[in-house]
Amino acid sequence: MGYVWSLLRPLFLFAILYVIFGVFLKAKANIPHYPAYLLLGILLWNFFVEITSGSVAAIVGKGELIRKINFPKYVIILAVSLSAIINLLLNFIVFAIVMAVTHVSVSWHTLLVIPLIVELFILSLGMAFFLSALFVRFRDVTYIWEVIVQAGFYATPILYPISYVASFSQDVAKYMLLNPLAQIIQDARYVMVSPVTQTISDFWGGDKWIWVIPVGLSIAILVMGGAYFRNQSRFFAEDV
Amino acid sequence: MDEVAIRVENISKDFLLPHEKVNSVKGLFTGITKVSNRKKEKQHALKNISFEINRGEFFGIVGRNGSGKSTLLKILANIYQPTSGKVYTKGKLVPFIELGVGFNPELSGRENVYLNGAMLGFSEKEVDAMYNSIVEFAELKRFMDQKLKNYSSGMQVRLAFSMAIRAQADILLIDEVLAVGDADFQRKCYDYFKKLKKDKKTVVFVSHDMAAVKEFCDKAILIENGTLISSGDSRMVADAYSNLFLEESNERDLNKLKSEKRIGDGTVVIKEVNLDKASYSDKDTTLDLTITVESRDDPSQLMVGFAVRNSEGLIIHSSHTWDFGIVLPQLTSGETLTTSWRLPNIYEDGLHTIDIYSQGSNHIVYDKIEDAISFRSKRLHRSGALVTVPVKVDIGKPKKTGSK
Repeated sequence: MGYVWSLLRPLFLFAILYVIFGVFLKAKANIPHYPAYLLLGILLWNFFVEITSGSVAAIVGKGELIRKINFPKYVIILAVSLSAIINLLLNFIVFAIVMAVTHVSVSWHTLLVIPLIVELFILSLGMAFFLSALFVRFRDVTYIWEVIVQAGFYATPILYPISYVASFSQDVAKYMLLNPLAQIIQDARYVMVSPVTQTISDFWGGDKWIWVIPVGLSIAILVMGGAYFRNQSRFFAEDV
Repeated sequence: MDEVAIRVENISKDFLLPHEKVNSVKGLFTGITKVSNRKKEKQHALKNISFEINRGEFFGIVGRNGSGKSTLLKILANIYQPTSGKVYTKGKLVPFIELGVGFNPELSGRENVYLNGAMLGFSEKEVDAMYNSIVEFAELKRFMDQKLKNYSSGMQVRLAFSMAIRAQADILLIDEVLAVGDADFQRKCYDYFKKLKKDKKTVVFVSHDMAAVKEFCDKAILIENGTLISSGDSRMVADAYSNLFLEESNERDLNKLKSEKRIGDGTVVIKEVNLDKASYSDKDTTLDLTITVESRDDPSQLMVGFAVRNSEGLIIHSSHTWDFGIVLPQLTSGETLTTSWRLPNIYEDGLHTIDIYSQGSNHIVYDKIEDAISFRSKRLHRSGALVTVPVKVDIGKPKKTGSK
């Protein structure tokens, strides 16, 4: 039951966005394989949101348990992440069907998405640790995070191609892609959907080292988020 | 044997009072002007507590509600972090702050057994192996596929308890488990405790039941307002605990008693109660008790009596004027009457309290005061019995038995 909905939700969102942006606003005109292009962006974004938003209140939600028994608190966050990973795998099955239907060519390059998902997982986990620990102290973090997620959805090239932004300002597009989420989604599209997709290095003069920034950012978020969580977890029992 | 299982060194725990805490990001901004000139108020839940528990010891923690016992237990269980001080534990520790931790009402009894089993550190296979005996012990065979929310609270406790006793631990922390359940369940608990004691497990036991503390614990500590005020032999500590409630009453003003300790319609009120001493030793053979009552109305068939309780609150004996066939004189409003009693000193070591009452015909209570007065009995030797009654014994001369 839960898994069916976790499949249907991104698909419905995909259908709505495809109709609005693809059909009415004609965004699909200059993007090859727009359905697969859009769906992949949504799936990866959803994975990030599922882990982070699902984790924010997770520690407080398990407060009863935390107050009565001592156990490693990160297990709670890992449990949330695990279900998100399962959902992502299921969603990728649907994505494979869409790829087949829309005749996206598949090669060994497609497997390069795995390190990208690992990077995304690192980023999501880092945010999840930070947010869930912060929520124990500040109970309005959920609302704030909701707004940030909403803003982030539009600040990341999910619906629109990055070239659209670049046509207004090359500099804005350049800095947008330093956001690990934007970099991951663009790279995933590059390896899975179409090699025409512009990636971060295309905007930084073909410099491959520029990847260090978003990847490093993801790792830094995990390290700092994890450290904050570890530090705070000693006081969870009192504060939840 | 003398190995230390738990060592607590100078533990203190402070809690920030909730109204002083900023608990939202919004509060960080809106509160900025207020926070600066507001002093933070702290609640000192525990102050410099130190003690040691040896391996194989049954250790009691007693104290009034809100004295800090449960906080201490949670620090021992590593759920709370002490503000200062250190706790060393040796061996696997399983806390029972509550029975059935992690029980999910939406899952069936069977699923909950596995869930709770995981909480207690068992693998699925291990739970498989003991599943039948758990169900049998809980007497819930027919209900295992029902959702836990449809269980009665007694059934839930039974299931939780039969899980809990499987826990393989070197140190067990038990918090007021005995407060729930019927007589049968409590008997099972006691049987389990006896088994723990026999197996030489280290047990830390928090309770208000002094009879249980005296029976099971080797040593105990008493906590009052976050400070350790007594530690050592469990009997001594249990008595010290009982005294917390009584000591204040040694010289009590009868008019200032809490209303829940006093009942009656007030036709004849107890005016004054006196004992000749505050404590009695082996040398004292008698206690002199005087009770003065004052009539506020015209009572019918007045009687005056008392009941003596030991430190555990058990009534060990009682007397009243009708026992002796005494008919008290008819009082009119405003008159007082003093009765004097001489009691044999039969009391065991410890604090005793006396309930005083005046009654009319048909058992109408005019005035009844619980713990109206208290006294301490000091004995060199404890017999362990409730009272020591004077017994006369004659010893015959040795005689040869048999015909020849």
